[in-house]
Amino acid sequence: MSRFLLPAITILAGLLLIMLPLPSVAEPFRPDWVSMVVLYWAFAIPRRFGLLPAWIAGLLLDVAQGTLLGQHALALVVITAIALNMHQRVRVSPVLQQSLFVMFLLLLKQTLVLWISGISGRAPDDLWLYFSAPVVATIFWPLVFVILRDLRRRYALA
Amino acid sequence: MQPLFQNGGGLALRLVLLVTLSIATMVADHRGHYVEQVRSVLYTAITPLQYAASVPAMVTEWGASLLTTQRQLRQRVEQLERRNLRLNARQQKFETLLAENDRLRQLLDASAKREERVLVGQLLAVDLDPFRQQVIVNQGSRSGIFRGQPVIDATGVMGQVIQTGAFTATVLLISDPDHALPVQINRTGLRTIAAGTGEADRISLLYIPNSADIQVDDLVITSGLGGRFPANYPVARISAVERRPGRAFAAVTARPLANLDRSREVLMVWPDERQRSQAREIEVDPEGMPSFDQPATDPGMTPDSTATTPPDDTSTIIPDGELDASPDGDTASDPESSP
Repeated sequence: MSRFLLPAITILAGLLLIMLPLPSVAEPFRPDWVSMVVLYWAFAIPRRFGLLPAWIAGLLLDVAQGTLLGQHALALVVITAIALNMHQRVRVSPVLQQSLFVMFLLLLKQTLVLWISGISGRAPDDLWLYFSAPVVATIFWPLVFVILRDLRRRYALA
Repeated sequence: MQPLFQNGGGLALRLVLLVTLSIATMVADHRGHYVEQVRSVLYTAITPLQYAASVPAMVTEWGASLLTTQRQLRQRVEQLERRNLRLNARQQKFETLLAENDRLRQLLDASAKREERVLVGQLLAVDLDPFRQQVIVNQGSRSGIFRGQPVIDATGVMGQVIQTGAFTATVLLISDPDHALPVQINRTGLRTIAAGTGEADRISLLYIPNSADIQVDDLVITSGLGGRFPANYPVARISAVERRPGRAFAAVTARPLANLDRSREVLMVWPDERQRSQAREIEVDPEGMPSFDQPATDPGMTPDSTATTPPDDTSTIIPDGELDASPDGDTASDPESSP
């Protein structure tokens, strides 16, 4: 039952967290919850969770954020492919090392999104602020990891 | 058992496929909005999430409204009543001016300009891309909202709709760096373009020569030249003019009149001429107004028609005056306002 349901629900929850209003000072630092959830499922159930769910999640992210349709989708597919390729090495490493790897992937994603923004003439001004979000996300990774792992075990998703 | 090392060529192939697909949709989206349907469907699909995300803000507001004291409420009602009185008084003058304007336009054989049809929308407290200036309103294509529709608030132009779902829509604000609006200076009629800067309290006016007659505090209004925004809506006030002798153009910045980062209620405007008949019906709807509307326009018509064709028209006009129970325009409005 929850083979597709649990990943779908958690991704939607991530989307909700992204749309939740924050004070405008904190807004640029908001971690990319959707990407983190997608990365978790790519590490945890790599055979079930392919690239297509990641792509759809990316499209939803595009629509929710008002960016070009396919912008986040492309970046998310690329980092998910890397995650799927490396999952055997990452899964056995401690959470702290995972965090660093996730930070690397999220920085890569942010760069890809920035490139596309630049090509279509919509690049943001403040790049330091722009790249701060993945760093903040790194701090939250252990929390996301623990919550999603517990959920996965409770619903016996191998 | 599953094999330990399994994902080989399939992954790369699918990656290439999806990346190509993404690039295709992006190009289509950027170039000609060919994927509008897809966007719209996805957008409608996440509408429940948009509403869910705005729940905390709604609850906070509701809680705050519960905690207001009766004294505060009474003060507010008094304040609003006073404001309403002031606006009504101004409206009286406006009605006569409108009638006069119509009459003059008829004399000039110009097409009459009417008010546009509007719809009130509420902003949803939802965050979008932090590096762009966008908001979400709770009206969508079900209420007839369309892409490119102008959005204003009580004090000025806010922006335009860039994405519609069935029940919600995204509005690009005039302060977004992507947004440019054809405007003119009210005092001199100088035409220019107002471009967003990414900050809610600053827009910049482009291509103004150093020698142009432009002063701080000048009112900037829409010129209607882009064909998207109706003309003569207030946009901003000039906040700084820096003439740069070495450059071709002056650096002019203005402060938007609309409360871009504070408004809760906005007005969606239909500038289309075809909507005129509908607009009139809606105009008459609010209570109290139609009785006021009629006598203000009717006496306005009488001198005009008597001036052009004296004998025939006066006979047809007299019954009209009898209905109002008063022979001429000035006294006709008196019994309306005295009770």
